[in-house]
Amino acid sequence: MATSTVPGPAAVTAETLEGSNLGDRLFKSALTIAALAVPVLMGFLVYELYVGAHLAIQKYGVGFVTGSTWDPVAEQFGALPLIFGTLLSSVLALIIAVPLSLGVAIYLTEFAPNAIRQPIAFVIELLAAIPSVVYGLWGIFVLIPFLKSAIFPFLRETLGFLPFFQGPIYGPSMLSASIILAIMIMPFIMSVSREVLNAVPGSQREAALALGATRWEAVISTIVPYARSGIIGAIILGLGRALGETMAVTMLIGNRNEISASLFAPGYTMAAVIANEFSEAATDLHFAALAYVALLLFVVTFLVNAAARLLIWRVSRRPSGGKTT
Amino acid sequence: MNRRILRRWVSNFMVGLMVAAVIVAVLPLLLILLTLIVKGASSLSLNFFTRPPVPAGETGGGVAHAIVGTLMVVGVAGLIGVPLGIGAGIYCAEYPGTRLSKITRFIADVMNGTPSIVVGVFAWTWIVARQKHFSGYAGSAALAMLMIPMVMRTTEELIKLVPHSLREAALALGYPRWRTSLSIVLRTALPGIVTGSLLAIARTAGETAPLLFTALGSQFMSFNMNEPIAALPLTVFTYAIGPYEEWHRYAWATALVLILVVLVLSIAARLATRRRFGLNG
Repeated sequence: MATSTVPGPAAVTAETLEGSNLGDRLFKSALTIAALAVPVLMGFLVYELYVGAHLAIQKYGVGFVTGSTWDPVAEQFGALPLIFGTLLSSVLALIIAVPLSLGVAIYLTEFAPNAIRQPIAFVIELLAAIPSVVYGLWGIFVLIPFLKSAIFPFLRETLGFLPFFQGPIYGPSMLSASIILAIMIMPFIMSVSREVLNAVPGSQREAALALGATRWEAVISTIVPYARSGIIGAIILGLGRALGETMAVTMLIGNRNEISASLFAPGYTMAAVIANEFSEAATDLHFAALAYVALLLFVVTFLVNAAARLLIWRVSRRPSGGKTT
Repeated sequence: MNRRILRRWVSNFMVGLMVAAVIVAVLPLLLILLTLIVKGASSLSLNFFTRPPVPAGETGGGVAHAIVGTLMVVGVAGLIGVPLGIGAGIYCAEYPGTRLSKITRFIADVMNGTPSIVVGVFAWTWIVARQKHFSGYAGSAALAMLMIPMVMRTTEELIKLVPHSLREAALALGYPRWRTSLSIVLRTALPGIVTGSLLAIARTAGETAPLLFTALGSQFMSFNMNEPIAALPLTVFTYAIGPYEEWHRYAWATALVLILVVLVLSIAARLATRRRFGLNG
């Protein structure tokens, strides 16, 4: 009886929540503007880069990627050595950083005593807070002299039969840059794979141990395969960081625009050429070529990051008792 | 029997390797901090913090210009980036199912992975090329763009942590939605959002690449954001690749100051967040 005379509570809330209230409408509009700003800014970024690069895109088209001369004076621009340097330094960095960061991540999730898990993870994540330019400074004055006097000669003597470790030893080189890059991306790979490994349900581990596996066998046969796509995602995320890293690489790679088999030789990367030449570019075409490089770098990191997100997302969304495939 | 011993030995050996990996991974941080202190601390003095640089060859200069520059450029960036980031974060947490929030979330991830040098080029074509001169504002715009996704994701995550019952209680008492969001939900999450924003500010304060052709750097004390302005990371870069021994000493000292600022902010932010979550259970 009472319900028929009093307006239903559902009607009232619906009315209030659907925005008849002025405050609510203002609130939502303000937030919508902030939320819209993100895609709008990003779209504007792509547009501006495209417009900036237009001259170079028109002149070189896709051939920009395969041209190997970069000569601002003669107005000849090709990005192949830059792309090569970017890819090589990033892949080398991954080769160094992946085993280390996975080792640390697995140790921290599976083996470490509880008391030291947090402190070690914290210390390694602090590495991610160090500004890139400080890595560069340290690299120039501490890492390079050490590598040049101790590590590089040793590598040349023991592995000198490989083309990668031949030729004169310079301080600033592809290998120096890769080593500093490895240190810089390690915290990212470590913390993401730690999250992924933590998400592996305990039952998986217990099942392996119950079948008589040693702890290492449990890790390698059960836990790592279960987290596989997430770990690959973490590695790709690290790759994305390495591709776009600028300052430390610019300071350590030697900035020489050629493709060389030897890792002791200087190289150049896409990010480094922008950092070095952009504020001094004299001609419109030079600017356009640099903006083209920036656009390429953006597209590559975008694809790499999207792939990484997709893989990590797949693991974290998996039901906890799910299949291991 | 033999096989079991072998398997156990392999297991122990792999654990040993992992401990070695931990040591190798922690070593760089210790080495970097150590060299910064050893090489940088001796050059720190009152002059260093209070005076602008002197021409190469003379002594007694400082990096006051860069400290002021960093404070101004990062401050303005924070004024733009933090409110936008928080607003977008609230939107994504309050209206999670809408198409806009899905797009914004995705784009924020893209933005977060965009190399900072690319953002620098964008700020150049957007602001510097149109104004025809380098400026601190262009640098702030680039840094703000880097802050937005970081602040946004933290805000969203923290708002999602606020128990639903709080929101329901406020709505049941007749609060309109905007007041519920602002004075109940946001207030509960506020300390975490503040520390998250501080972390984002600390991260961007150390960025060099986006400032290279926006704020550009300068050797003089300046309070004018509409002209080239110095910043600590730019000063480290210029001094590090410069030819003079004196400059290298300054590079180390400036880097020490920079890293102290960044690390103190990061550690404070993290400790504050952790204590807070501890209290909440």
